[in-house]
Order: sequence, then structure tokens, then C-alpha cells
Amino acid sequence: MIRNHKITNYLFRIAGILTAFFFTAIVLMIARANPLEAFANIFLGAVSTPIKIADSLVAWVPLILTSCGLVITFTAGLWNIGIEGQITLGAIATTWMLRLLQDSGWPSVVILTIGFLAGITGGVIWAMLAGGLKFFGGVSEIFAGLGLNFIATALTIYLIFGPWKRAGVASMSGTKPFEESLWLPTIPGFRLSIWSILLAVVSVLVVFILLKNTIIGLRLKAVGKNPKAAVQMGIPTSRYMLLSFILCGIFAGLTGAMQVIGVYHRLIPSISSGYGFLGLLVAMLVNYQILWAVPVALLFAALNIGGIQLPIMMKLDSTLSGVMQSSLVLFYILLDGVRKIWIKKKEKTSDE
Amino acid sequence: MNEFLTSMAGVVAAATPVVVAVIGETLTERSGVINLSLNGLIVLTAMVGFACAYLTGSVWLGILAGFVTGVVAGLIISFSSISLRQSQVAVGFILSLMFRDLAYFLGTPFMVIPGPTIGSWSIPYLKDIPIIGQLFFRQNPLVYFSYFLIIGSFYWIFHSRPGLILRGVGEQPTSAYSRGIHVNRQRYLYTALGAGLAGLAGPMYTLNIKAGWNGTMTGLDGIGWIVLSITIFGGWNPLRGAFGAYLFVFLQWLGLALQPHLVNVPSQVLQVAPFPLMILTLLFVNIGDTEWVAKMLAKLPRGLRGAVYRIIRFLRKPPPASLGVPFERE
Amino acid sequence: MHIEIKNIHKHFGSVHANNDISLTIERGLILGLLGENGAGKSTLMKILSGLIYMDSGEIMINDQLQVLTNPMDALRLGIGMLHQDPQDFPSMAIKEDLLIWNQKIGHKKSQRDLSELTEIQNELGFKIDLNGMVGELTVGERQQLELIRLLWLGVELLILDEPTTGISASQQETLFGALKKLAQKGKTIIFVSHKLEEVKELCSRVIVLRKGCLIGSRDAPFKENDLVKLMFGRQITRVKKSQARTAKVNLSIDLLSIDDFRISIENANLNLFEGEIIGLAGMEGSGQRQFLQTLAGIKQPTGGTINLDGEPISGKNCIEFQKRGIFYVPSARMEEGLVPGMNLEEHYILSDCGKNFFINSQESRQISEKRIRQFNIKGHPFTNTEELSGGNQQRLLLSLLHDSARILLLENPTRGLDVESANWIWSILKERCLTTTSIIFSSADLDELTYYADRILVFFSGKISQPLASSGLNEEKLGRMIGGKDWPK
Repeated sequence: MIRNHKITNYLFRIAGILTAFFFTAIVLMIARANPLEAFANIFLGAVSTPIKIADSLVAWVPLILTSCGLVITFTAGLWNIGIEGQITLGAIATTWMLRLLQDSGWPSVVILTIGFLAGITGGVIWAMLAGGLKFFGGVSEIFAGLGLNFIATALTIYLIFGPWKRAGVASMSGTKPFEESLWLPTIPGFRLSIWSILLAVVSVLVVFILLKNTIIGLRLKAVGKNPKAAVQMGIPTSRYMLLSFILCGIFAGLTGAMQVIGVYHRLIPSISSGYGFLGLLVAMLVNYQILWAVPVALLFAALNIGGIQLPIMMKLDSTLSGVMQSSLVLFYILLDGVRKIWIKKKEKTSDE
Repeated sequence: MNEFLTSMAGVVAAATPVVVAVIGETLTERSGVINLSLNGLIVLTAMVGFACAYLTGSVWLGILAGFVTGVVAGLIISFSSISLRQSQVAVGFILSLMFRDLAYFLGTPFMVIPGPTIGSWSIPYLKDIPIIGQLFFRQNPLVYFSYFLIIGSFYWIFHSRPGLILRGVGEQPTSAYSRGIHVNRQRYLYTALGAGLAGLAGPMYTLNIKAGWNGTMTGLDGIGWIVLSITIFGGWNPLRGAFGAYLFVFLQWLGLALQPHLVNVPSQVLQVAPFPLMILTLLFVNIGDTEWVAKMLAKLPRGLRGAVYRIIRFLRKPPPASLGVPFERE
Repeated sequence: MHIEIKNIHKHFGSVHANNDISLTIERGLILGLLGENGAGKSTLMKILSGLIYMDSGEIMINDQLQVLTNPMDALRLGIGMLHQDPQDFPSMAIKEDLLIWNQKIGHKKSQRDLSELTEIQNELGFKIDLNGMVGELTVGERQQLELIRLLWLGVELLILDEPTTGISASQQETLFGALKKLAQKGKTIIFVSHKLEEVKELCSRVIVLRKGCLIGSRDAPFKENDLVKLMFGRQITRVKKSQARTAKVNLSIDLLSIDDFRISIENANLNLFEGEIIGLAGMEGSGQRQFLQTLAGIKQPTGGTINLDGEPISGKNCIEFQKRGIFYVPSARMEEGLVPGMNLEEHYILSDCGKNFFINSQESRQISEKRIRQFNIKGHPFTNTEELSGGNQQRLLLSLLHDSARILLLENPTRGLDVESANWIWSILKERCLTTTSIIFSSADLDELTYYADRILVFFSGKISQPLASSGLNEEKLGRMIGGKDWPK
């Protein structure tokens, strides 16, 4: 008999968060820093001024976009580690398209829209490669994804130092920046664009509706939880898994396009900026529930932005944000395991 | 010629950490556990090893620190998989990110400062053998250790009693269990040991090959993923895995060496080129197994089919059947 | 080895798999353990070999109380089990496989001692070439290999669980010869089987389990009908009302051959009539599952054809079969039929959705509630499937079938259900048969088979009997056929 364990569940979740903070504090102490001071700096670094808040939102957009895509692949039971490469290919495709059209004289709106569409295509193609390797080549999507990530990075570097290099000396700072007319219009005074916020919100809604209110979403869920039973119910599982790759590729491509059009305005070597892997963390932490990803991604983005203060204020490396983010997910998972064992034990003793 | 030999000796030295890590992960995966945290782990042990050596003045303590860090990582993964029943892939992946960030964060005080290094130590007599002597016997002690490790692990896995049990546990844990073997105990042991060996790779870099801790410029980021691929490429066999490691580093060197001749190709691409090659190999190694390929092969004429089958069977080595799957007794 | 088992109890949830079992086994005895599906034979043997732990009871070996918590304990005491599915290492060389066991058990054997195996082999009449890979051996040879390995390690009690499934007749002869020799030398052997002929030939004593209890014990010579009565008891209580059925054939099978790991079915023929119910009788693992799965398109046959309304459909996948109205309901409910983590309503939506894109929550709520009421499921639309009891899960599975389904292939449809639920489910199923739906179902319940099925096919070791009319069958006749007797040569 399964009883309602809501309170136990909440307690364990909170315990996970606390343990993560505790762990990060210990790490800080090893680095001979004051944990409270560090936390305060991160917090202020993310929210103390309007510009900083805007920057947090700027970082939030790509993260929530990748989370949208990854929630879909996770629902189908897949580990899409290749997300980084998919973002990169989206960025490459967008850059290519913008380079092609930048002197065409067409209105910016048109060029940018086509740029976004190109980005989506790039992401989808790369995702389909990973899916194809899995279903037709028998390669695990983890290794296919990893390999494709490397190829994507290599491709980026080749383009930046080869055919697309800046006049003069090619450098790690990327291709020649696009003209301002091809920049995503921002709120004056900030780096944040209303369009990116809109895109993010729409994406979240689309994914939410897709997974909660459509037959496709329900089928993906069945495929992810029990492929054998899914077949019994008439669902072609391979087709749906490939579909989830394609859908994730769309969001990855959008992220890549956003990075080029809205943030860097050019192609740089690490254009995906780790948002893919970070998105995997977010998706895991929210147990694949996209609505919860909205605040969690914001938290992670704020941690990133706030972490920038650490080198300035305390001579610490900003990777502490990464430590916090990964420890939140790690301890969530570990304590979740403990929780299940705890519940099993309680049920056994009360049954006797 | 001499210059070429010197470069090749350098390749041997640079490949050694990869060899050791691949053998470590081979042992882990042979028991049925996959350690996805390797990328972050090696970066972390590189930092920890250097920091420890710097603080204590002893290179060997640094190396030991790397090993111990690896063991701890292995225990975390096996514990969360075996006792907590959580996904090895999830925990391994998270750790790969966390370890890397921990390395960069805690390593800041140790950036770009000189520290102790492992000296080289030519073996008398052997070092004077033409060609081979220069390649293999004028190296640092850790390289000699790797030679023993390659041979030792090969014998351990394939020609020893405990190695037989290891293979049994990886292939059919239920059969092993009904023969009285403690499957999970074996998994704990080999995951910890394998991760410890992988942990040696880090200090081997920072205390020798590219001395010092240079944060993101250490050049180690990504090596862990390669180790995982080479483990598969090596068919879970230390000899083949070591070959894969040497091959990989050789290809990297080749990329640099050919650079002046390939002016149009940027150097960074050549450096990264071995990675996709590895992945393509993985593809070919796996593709023989899929249904549609089997159907296609069945249509080939007899003689050709036999030859193709033999090639595929040589390339394709199936993984330990229980890889990644937790073992539960009824 | 003298073994005394006292008052063993084992529960699996609410199922009392072993109910107060006590028995004594002397050395040199070949003891037969008979019983139908779910009688508790496997459970008892797994307890004896250390694979599972009993809830209560005592095991005395050579007058000493022993506690068996894992296979290592049993092996140390000299108890070895030959499982139904070989517990060996197919990808390894034979010489390696032989050396894999926990050394702490105490048998100090190593590579050098492998020559002893040749001696053991020769004595028993086995002829296995020890120089190959385990996977290259036939199932029978793998069994022999495991047997000599256990003997090499000094096993005194040998438990064999349905050892003759999937081995050739000559291999069986060799095996039996070997077992008799071993018994003469003082080894104790427990032979778990449902095959009457074999038990008669081999065993000097037989104990019969039924529904977890030890029903009776007999010494050789055995009377088959006596054993059958013990195994099946008085099961058939109802008389079947004859049912008119149409003469229209919807599904026909010609010379169908199916190959599975240990079961191979050859040249099966059947014509299924509309509105008909066919029952598959036989011990689990005799081929019913493979048969049903092949008819559902989940498994591909190795030969022969399946025709629906005269049109061949074999070779298509199971989704194509479903489109044509053929549906399969597995007995492993949670593993193969239902999705854990999804609730009832979601299952109904998935099985019923047609070409919709969006989920109409009002409509699906209504449909769910209707079905839940119709099938009397103790649950709500938002209950998760894993929270349902086994019986309710079964009702859910059946309620997911499309109304348009023409042929239902049901694996043990009423397993785990109480009598009332079972009857009620059958009333719904029979209603469907009034409208041209046909049903093929497998069951271990003889009463259910004879009462509901129009015709019965008995499965034994991959052999399928000719369809028997269910009226006029009694448990003796059925029991004998299930036990392998009365089959045409």
C-alpha cells in the first residue's frame, strides 16, 4: 500500500538544498574564504542593480531554452548530451545565414527572422545526426552526442580561423562582429532584449502544453517510462524517440541563434557557453517539470552572473557558481535515493 | 631521425596518463559500472596532485593525492549506484561538471607557479638499445609504471582467477551471484580502483608533462571523454586500450607536425581532429550489430560476407553485458 | 546428505508461496517434486539453494541446523542447483566458466585440477569438448557442463529445476543415466518437473505441492492418475454450456514454426472461428507465451504463415496487427503492459485517442470514469498504475482494449484475481464474443479452461495438441496431457 509521503518528500528536498549549501560553504572554507561573504557577494552580484538583474535575465534565456528541449528528450528517456553541439550548429547556421544576407539590403527584421530559422535548422540537423547514429548505427546517444560535440567545436574553430576569419589576424575572439542593424534590439541601457524574453516565455508555454496537453506529449512519456508497454499501446517507439531529438534540436538551434544574434553578435569558439550541460543539470533538478525549470534556471543564471563578482571582490574564481549548481543537483539526487530507501523501510516496519 | 625519435619518445610520455586512465576505466567497466565523471576527475586530480606536491615538496605525495581523490570519486559513484539505486550516468555526469569546477575554483592559489616535477630516469643497459631504448627507456618512473600496468592488468583480467571473476561479474551478474560471488562488493572494489588509476593521470600531467597548474590552459579539459571513448575502442582490453591511447596522442602530434605543410588548416582543428576520428571508429565498431546491417550482410555473396563478418568481429567487441545496469538480488 | 525441512513459510506480498512445508530427504534418493504453475516448487528450491530467504522454518542438514542466506552458504554446505535457465557465462571459454565461483566457499580447485573433469564426464557418459566457448554448446550440453562442475566442487545435494526443457531425447537419456549413477553413489537429487513420464522413470519418491502446501508423498511405483489427482485436485466444478458459434474463420495458421531460446514450436495449424474462445493449457514455459506473441506480431515466426480473413499478415510488426484488430495482453502487467508513473486516465487517453492532437480533458475524464465503473476498478482516473492492486491492474489492462478489437490474445487473464473478479471479467469478455470477437487465452486454471473455452490446445515442451473440445474433458485427461502423457507419437 502506497501512502501519501508528501511531507517526507518535501523534507528530503529541503535537506538536499541545505546539504548543497553546506557543501559549498566547506569548499569556500577550504579556499580560506568566508562563506557568508561569498554568498552575499553572489546574491548582490545578481540582483543589486537593475543592470545586473537584466544580465541575469539575459543569462536565463539560453538556459531556459535548452531546458525546454532537454525536458522533452528526458521525457522520452534519452540522455541528450549532444545538446552542446546542437547549440553550436545552430549558431554556425545562423552566422552563415547572416553573413550571406548582411549585404543584401533586406530589412533587418527579415534577415534576423531567417537567421533564427537557419539556427533552428542547424540544431535539428545535428540532433538528427545523434538520433540517426543511435537508431541506425547502434551508438549510445551519450557517446554519439559527445563525439558530435567535439566535431561541432572543431567545425567552429575551423570557421573562425579559416574561411570566416577576421581580416588581418585570426583570433580566439571570433569572427567579425555583425553590424548593429543585425543586433537584436535591446531595452535601452541594458543588454537585455524583450524579444529574447518573449521567445523564452513562448518556448516554455509551448513545451508545457506539448507535454501536458497533447497526445504526442503523452506518448513521449509512455515511451520514456516503459517502451515495451508503449509498443503494446500502438506507439512506434523509435519514431517518437527520433521526434524528441528533433524537437530538442529546435530549441538548441534557437539557443545558438540567440547567442549569435542577441549576445555575442558573432561566432566565437565557445559559443554554446556551457548552456547545454547546465540545461541538463536544470532539467534533472526539476525532475523534468518545465514550469519548475523557470525559477530554477533563473537561479542558476543568477548564480552565474553573481559569480562574476567573486574574482573582483574576493579574488576567488567564478567557477564557484558551477560548484553550487552541480552540488544542488548532486545532493538532490543522492538524498532522493536515501528518501526512497527511508520510505521503503518505513512501509516495511509499519506493515509488520 | 634522432629528432623524430625524440618526438616519439615525447608521444609515449604524453600518452602515459591517457593509458593509465583508460586501463582504470577498463577495470571499472569490466565490473559493470560506468564512470562518466572522468573528464572532471582528471582535471581535479591534476590540480590536487600539483597542489599537494607544491605544499609538501614531495612529488610522490602529490601522485598519491591524485590516486586517493580518484578512489573517493569511485566510491561516490558506486555508492550512489549500488546502495542508493540512482543512475550511474546522471551521477557521473554531474560529478564531471562539479569536479572540473572544483579544480578551477580551489586551484586559483596554485596557478602558474613553478612546482616540483618528476625527474626522468633512464634505465641502465636498456636505454642504450638502438631506437627502442630511446623511445621507451629514457622516461620518467611513471612511464615505467604504465608499462607494468599494461602488462599486469592484461594478465590480471585475462589470465588470473580474480580477473576471471571480474569478467564474470560484468558479463552475467546473476550467474556470478548464484555461484556465491559478492557482485556488488566486486563492483565497489573495481570502481574505486579504476577511478584511482584514472586519478593518477592528472598529476602525471601537472607534475611532468606540462608542469604546473594553469587552470583552463592546462589542456586537460576534454581528455576524460576521450578516455571513455578509447575504453570502448579498446574493447575493454588493456592492450588494445593502451594502443588506442598511443594512437590518439600520436595523431595529435601528427596534426601539429603536419601543420607547416597544411597552411590552410588552422592548428586548432588539427589538434581536435583525433576526437571525431575516435567517434567515427566507435560508429564502425557498433554498426555491425544493428538489424538492418545484418539484413544487408545476409544478401552479400558468400565469400564477401565471410570477409566482412570477420572484419566486423575483429572491430566489434561487445561491452560487458551488465554495463550500467544495477544488480539486485530478489 | 540427510536433509530435514521443517515448517517452511514464504510470502510474496499476499501470496503464500510456501505454506508450512516439512519433509525429510535421505541420501541416495532421487526425489521428484511435482506441482502445477505457482504451486511453490521453485520457491522452495530457491530457499534451499540460498537464492531467497524463508520467512520462517528450519533447515537441518546432517542433523545440524543451518542458515542459508545467500548462494554461498548453500554451496559451502554442498548444495548445488541446476536452474531452468543456465546460470553460466556464454561469452566465455568453457575452461574459464568452470573456474568462476567464490573461492571462499572452500573448494580449492584450480586450472591444474581441470583434468578431474574428464574423469567425471566419462563416468557419467557425457562427451563435452572442454576446449570451446560456452555459448557454442547446446542447452543440453550447458546443463551437463554445469552438472559436472558442481560434482567437481563436491556437491552432495543436486537440485534440478525442469532440466529437460529444450534438450534432445538422447541428451535426456544420458542425463537420466548419469543421475541414476550419482544416486547410487550416495548423492541426493531433487528433480523438479511436471512431466509425469520422466518422474516415473527417474524418481523413487515423489512429493506433490499444490497452492503452496505439500499435498502428498508417494513412493515408486507410481500411478499416473494418482499423481494427476494430487497435482490438480478437484478443479473442474462447472459444466460448460455449449455455445453456438459461427463457421466463419477469421484467423488461420498454417505450418507455423516459432523458435525461441529453449522452446521451438513446429508446424502448428489452427483455424480460429469468429466468436470462438480457445484456451491454451499447459505448464508455463511450454510455448504458450511464444505462441501468443507470434500471433500478435511481437515475435516473428521462423516459418509458416498467419492469415487474417484470408490475407497473409505474418512478417508485419505488432502495430500493423493492432491496426487489424489483433491485440495482446501480457501477464507481466507492470513490466510489459502498463506504464508506471502514469495514471489511469493517461492510459485511457493513449489507447483511445484516434487522430487527435490535443488532449480533451473533459472527454477523457468522462471516458476514464466510464471505463473504471464498467470494469469495477478500485481506483480513480488520477491514480498511478503502480498503486493499484494486481487484480485491478489486470482489470485496467483489459479495459484498455479497443472496442474494435477482433482477436484478443490474453496471457493468464485472471491470474491473481479472486473468483468474483474473474467471473465478472469473463462475463465482459464473453459479451464481446457475441459480436464476432474471438479470444485465445492461456491459463493454469483447468476449471477456467474447460468452462470458458470452446476448444483447448494443450502445450507440452513446444508441442501443441490437436484442438480438443472442452466439453467432455476432465482434469485427469487434461492433467495427463499437461504432464506429457497421451500424446500421439
